[in-house]
Amino acid sequence: MGEIEVLHPGLYSSIQDLGRTNFRKYGVPQSGAMDSYSAKMSNLILSNAESFPVLEITQLGPKLKFSEPIQISICGAYLEPKINGDLVLNNKVLSIEKEDVLSFGKRLNGCRAYIAIAGGFIVEKFLGSFSWYNGISEMEVLDKGSRLKYSTQESKTYLLNASIKVDDIYQTNKIVPVYPGPEYELLSSFQKKFLLETSFHLDINNNRMAIQLKEALINKLHPIITGPVLPGTVQLTPSGKMIVLMRDCQTTGGYPRILQLSEDGINTISQKVVGDMLRFRLLEIK
Amino acid sequence: MGDRAILIDFEPEINEIILEKLLKIKEIIENELFEEKIEVINTYHSLLIIYPSTIENLYDKILTFRSLVSEANIAKNFNSQIHHVPVCYDEEFGLDLELIAKDKKIEISDIITLHTAPIYTIYFIGFLPGFLYLGGLDNRLEISRRSSPRMKVEKGAVGIGEKQTGIYPKSSPGGWQIIGNSPLIFFDKNTIPPCVFSPGDKVKFHSVSKSEYFQISRQIKEGKFQLKTEKYHG
Repeated sequence: MGEIEVLHPGLYSSIQDLGRTNFRKYGVPQSGAMDSYSAKMSNLILSNAESFPVLEITQLGPKLKFSEPIQISICGAYLEPKINGDLVLNNKVLSIEKEDVLSFGKRLNGCRAYIAIAGGFIVEKFLGSFSWYNGISEMEVLDKGSRLKYSTQESKTYLLNASIKVDDIYQTNKIVPVYPGPEYELLSSFQKKFLLETSFHLDINNNRMAIQLKEALINKLHPIITGPVLPGTVQLTPSGKMIVLMRDCQTTGGYPRILQLSEDGINTISQKVVGDMLRFRLLEIK
Repeated sequence: MGDRAILIDFEPEINEIILEKLLKIKEIIENELFEEKIEVINTYHSLLIIYPSTIENLYDKILTFRSLVSEANIAKNFNSQIHHVPVCYDEEFGLDLELIAKDKKIEISDIITLHTAPIYTIYFIGFLPGFLYLGGLDNRLEISRRSSPRMKVEKGAVGIGEKQTGIYPKSSPGGWQIIGNSPLIFFDKNTIPPCVFSPGDKVKFHSVSKSEYFQISRQIKEGKFQLKTEKYHG
C-alpha cells in the first residue's frame, strides 16, 4: 500500500466519485465530481472503472508526495502539473516513483482537475459513495498533513504512448446546453429572450453547492411550493439573480426552476471560474 | 427535468390526500421499475424519478407513467407509523419562547400545549439530511421567521417558521424561531437506513423535563434508547 502525504492541500481538494444515489429521500445531496466527464476519463486512461474515487482539485492544485511507485493520470482543467518540478501533460498515464512530488503551477484553462490513481485511492465509503460531503464522510476537504492511501497491487504495464482520446473542448466552450425547467413556461417572452440572448458571467459566490450568475433577470414570479431540485437546476431568486445548483446542492427548493442544465452543461459550467462568460442554449427534449 | 429525470406534478396544494396519492404512485413506480436503478423522491405535490444516465425512449416512459398515475387506485388505509418524539421546551432550549409569547399574547405553557397537541404528518425529508417537512401546525402558532437568521442553531432544535415546524437534525445556520430541543438523532450516517422517518409517517411531540431530556440523551449514547413508534390508523 502506498501513501500520499499532503504537503499543501491546494484551494479546495476533495475525494469524489460519480455521486451518492438512493439517499436523496433522506435529504442527502448527490455530491460527486463537479465535472463527471473528466473524472471518468481520468479513471479510464488508467483502465480503472469509471466510478473509482478520484481527487478533485480546484484552480490552485495541491502539493502531494507519494511513498510508492504508481501510475496516475490528470484530466480536466490544465493547472500546469509537475512531477518533481518538471511539467507533465493532462490526459496521459504518468509514472510516479518513490518519494516523487506532484505539484501544480498556473491555471491555464478550466477550473477543476481530477487526479486518478491506478487501482484507486483507498478511502472509506459512506452511504454507498466515496464522495466527501460535510456530515456524511469523515473528511470534507483535504488538509495539510493529511494522508491518502492507495493500492499498489495493481501495477499494470501500460503502453505509455497509447492514450484514450479525451475530448475536452467542452471545457473552453462558452455555450451551456439547457432544457426548459418546470417553471420555464411561467416566464414572459421577454424574459425567455433575455435568458437565451444574454452573456452571463459567474459571480464570486460559486462552490460545489451552487454557482451564482452576475446578471439579473427582471423577476415577477412568486416562490413555488417547495419542490425537488437537482444538480443543474437553475433557480430564479426574488432579486432576479440566478443560481445554478451544483453537485452538493440540497434535494428540494422553493425558488422557480427556470432551466435545467444537461449533464454536459453541468460539466461545462464546472470548468468556469469567477468572471467567465457563458450563454445558455435551449435543447429540445427528444 | 433535464436529460436524467422525469418530474410528475400534481395539483399545487399541500394536503394529505395529495400526499397519499403521491406515495401510492411512488410505491407502484418503485415496484414496477425495480430493475431500472431509478431513485424516486416526493415533495408536497411532486414526484421526481431520477435515472442514473440519460433517459432513452423518453416518450414511452412518460406514457407508462401517465397510465400508472391514472390507474393507481388509492387504498384508504395507507400503512403509516406514528413516532413519539420527546421535546424539552425548557427556556434553556426554547430561545424564542418568550418572544413568541409576547408577540402572540399567550402563555408559554399554552405554546407548549398547542405544539404538542397535533399529530403532524411527514410530507418529505429535505433541506438537510434528516430534516422532516411537517404539516399540521396549529395556525395560532404561525409566526414569521427571525428578521436576522442565527449563525448557529443547535442540533435537535425545534423551530417554527411561518406555517411550518421542524427539527434541525444537525447544527446549522437557520432563521426559524426556536421553541425547544429534541434529544433524538434524526440522521445517522452509520445506520441503515440513516433516518427512521418516512414520508407519510406521523409525528407527535411530547414535552419532557430537562432531567428527562438528559436521561434520554444518555440512553441514546449508550444505545439503550428505543424510539416509541406504533402503527397509525388514520
